[in-house]
Amino acid sequence: MARTESTRNRGPGGLAAGPEIISGPAAAGAPPKQRSARRKRIELAILLGPPLILFIGFVFVPMIFAIWYSLYNWNGYGPLSDFIGLQNYQGVLTGPVFHQALLHNIIIAVLSVVIQLPISIGLALLLNRRMRGQTALRLAVFTPYVLSQATSAVMWSMLLSHGGPVDSLLKSAGLAALIHFWLASTSLVLYTLFFVVTWQFIGFGIVLLLAGLQGIPPELREAAAIDGATAWQVTRRIMLPLLGPTIRIWIFLAVIGSLQLFDIVWIMTLGGPANASQTMLTYLYFNGAERTQFGYGATVSVVLFIISFVFALAYQRYALRRDTAGALTRAVG
Amino acid sequence: MRDIRKARFGLVAALVALAAAACTSGGSPTSNANSNAPQTITWWHNGTAAPLLGIWQQVANDYHAAHPNVTIKVDPIQNEQFTTKVPLALQSNDPPDIFQQWGGGQEATQLQSGKLANLGQFVSPWIGELGKAAQAWQVNGQQYGIPYDLHVVGFWYRKDLFAKAGITTPPTTIPELESDNAKLKAHGIAPIGLGGQAQWPDAFWWEYFAVRECSTSVIQQGMTASNMSAPCFSKATKDLTAFLATNPFEPGFNAVEAQSSPTSSAGMLANGKVAMELQGDWEPGEAKGDTTDKSIDSKLGWFAFPAVPGGQGDPSSVLGGGDGWSCTTGAAEPACAQFLQYIDSTEVQKQLVTQASIGLPANPAAESAITSPAVKAAAQAHDTAAYVAVYFDQALPTNPGLALDAAIANFFAGKGSNSAIINSVSSSSGH
Repeated sequence: MARTESTRNRGPGGLAAGPEIISGPAAAGAPPKQRSARRKRIELAILLGPPLILFIGFVFVPMIFAIWYSLYNWNGYGPLSDFIGLQNYQGVLTGPVFHQALLHNIIIAVLSVVIQLPISIGLALLLNRRMRGQTALRLAVFTPYVLSQATSAVMWSMLLSHGGPVDSLLKSAGLAALIHFWLASTSLVLYTLFFVVTWQFIGFGIVLLLAGLQGIPPELREAAAIDGATAWQVTRRIMLPLLGPTIRIWIFLAVIGSLQLFDIVWIMTLGGPANASQTMLTYLYFNGAERTQFGYGATVSVVLFIISFVFALAYQRYALRRDTAGALTRAVG
Repeated sequence: MRDIRKARFGLVAALVALAAAACTSGGSPTSNANSNAPQTITWWHNGTAAPLLGIWQQVANDYHAAHPNVTIKVDPIQNEQFTTKVPLALQSNDPPDIFQQWGGGQEATQLQSGKLANLGQFVSPWIGELGKAAQAWQVNGQQYGIPYDLHVVGFWYRKDLFAKAGITTPPTTIPELESDNAKLKAHGIAPIGLGGQAQWPDAFWWEYFAVRECSTSVIQQGMTASNMSAPCFSKATKDLTAFLATNPFEPGFNAVEAQSSPTSSAGMLANGKVAMELQGDWEPGEAKGDTTDKSIDSKLGWFAFPAVPGGQGDPSSVLGGGDGWSCTTGAAEPACAQFLQYIDSTEVQKQLVTQASIGLPANPAAESAITSPAVKAAAQAHDTAAYVAVYFDQALPTNPGLALDAAIANFFAGKGSNSAIINSVSSSSGH
């Protein structure tokens, strides 16, 4: 059968061997090759078609619309008639509140990498050991991630309300001096929100890193131990380097997530008080949807898209290159 | 109720609605204006929870029973979704026939879509029964909306806590209010609750000071022109500054929600954590939902915003608003207007008062159904007011209205200024 033959001919080279088959003498003649090529095209069309249509319809086309709207002063009613060029962009880029919002996103992203990552790695290494109650502990750290962001936001805004359960707990523990206006203080609110975000998402990071740890062959650790490496050396020289790809993916997800922070912030503070916890997305929602300045809102979304896109491209190019090339062993060697 | 303010919990759904609205079937009638031809009217309302949900369905059913040719397709929509769904629907060729309308500047903005029906010719025989209140749903003197209930903002206070602090009569001037606050504090009671997180409760304070400082005509001009450069508006900021300096609110009010939880400002009043709150007439209903205290209704009293010595405004003027409906243009206009007349009939209005605690009915004839003495006092203040100023964020177009709320909230958080408040409405630099 032509099918099995061509499959066999491809051998271990996989897709890369394709052109050889077509030009190679082993091929049994033109018609089966064509049939196989056509079949492949149909396969591709069936598999890629629907997602491609969805992507174009729900991602690409709206993006084009957003860019188009961003050039107009438009409150959502009536036709797009008030063309104002780049005036919206000028408004966004010179707006002090947008600068504040952008800074807040950056602070959250930096804190994620500096604080969440070490905690996640530490806990993942701990939970990777064989110990009693391992499953229960893993479940416990992962549970917050399963809750919807809205649920945890409502829960934490009640817990953190002034004189609420958290304050009472601190008081009864003799730590009354630590009681603050967690959500009402303009200088503290962003860090309170970072705490809630960490609580919610740390489980995801830990599970991701645990999966990475599971992928490290135990032989490497055993061999190192036989060679006299201490536990710290094993962690530092073997585990962490081999965890590299997972860590880099985690950083990518954490930064993109930080740039798109919305649900928890909106529900807990609406970006306030006095914009002290405004993020780019809460700024977008307030100024675009609530104030019905849809042209302006579209502009914020385009700016946010560009920031995320540039970061994603740069990160892929410089940080993820080795991982995506599949050079795992070289990274270690 | 003024649920439009609770822009939080339905938010995720609101975003989904952006996509969903495009697919929503408005179900416009295909029949002509012949009043006996079968018609289907689509009705978007925000009563997504009991008791309003059931009452509106009942109203639709009853109307259909009396007018078998008119079928009403009731579409309860999460309140916060109206912000995004209505603009999209009015852009489409298939908007709902009736939708929730809060009047004022928002209605004027929606009018730009060209899809709001001018109901004047249909409602002229009976709209007079509603009195002056219906004017808040007019744009350029034309009736593009009809109210079904009215709101008035004032002080809801705990009679038990006032008694505890030895306050026998509610304050009638700001200095009296300040001295009562001191008495309450001396008894370890936080005087006033404020749900500052939502911004609009902060705005009530500044707006009321403005209503006391400015004459009616200055307020009206300010709203029409989106301009608050008249000196009396700056005086309002000055009054507010002096009042804030007395620390009258609960600690951390900037992060306190206004409604919907025991830790909200309405919940604090309901649970006796604060002695009073400046809120709309929906407060007793909110309070009931935020406490286990069954007798909360009888503990609440009402008094008007105190007079500001030397102010140009009439001390009887109140801040208020209401809920209503708009019809969209098309064949269903007459049937739509007739249905709205039914909603404003004394019978249905009384039902709304007794079963839905809507506060003040749009039809004054139904006010007799109000039983709570506190709500009665609020209703009376509304009816005898020299001027009912619509909440500024509603009277102004949406964009400057919300910019004003944000500027006032910043001021409350210690990050604002008088010029930021005054300029917020006249420039879009509030971004």
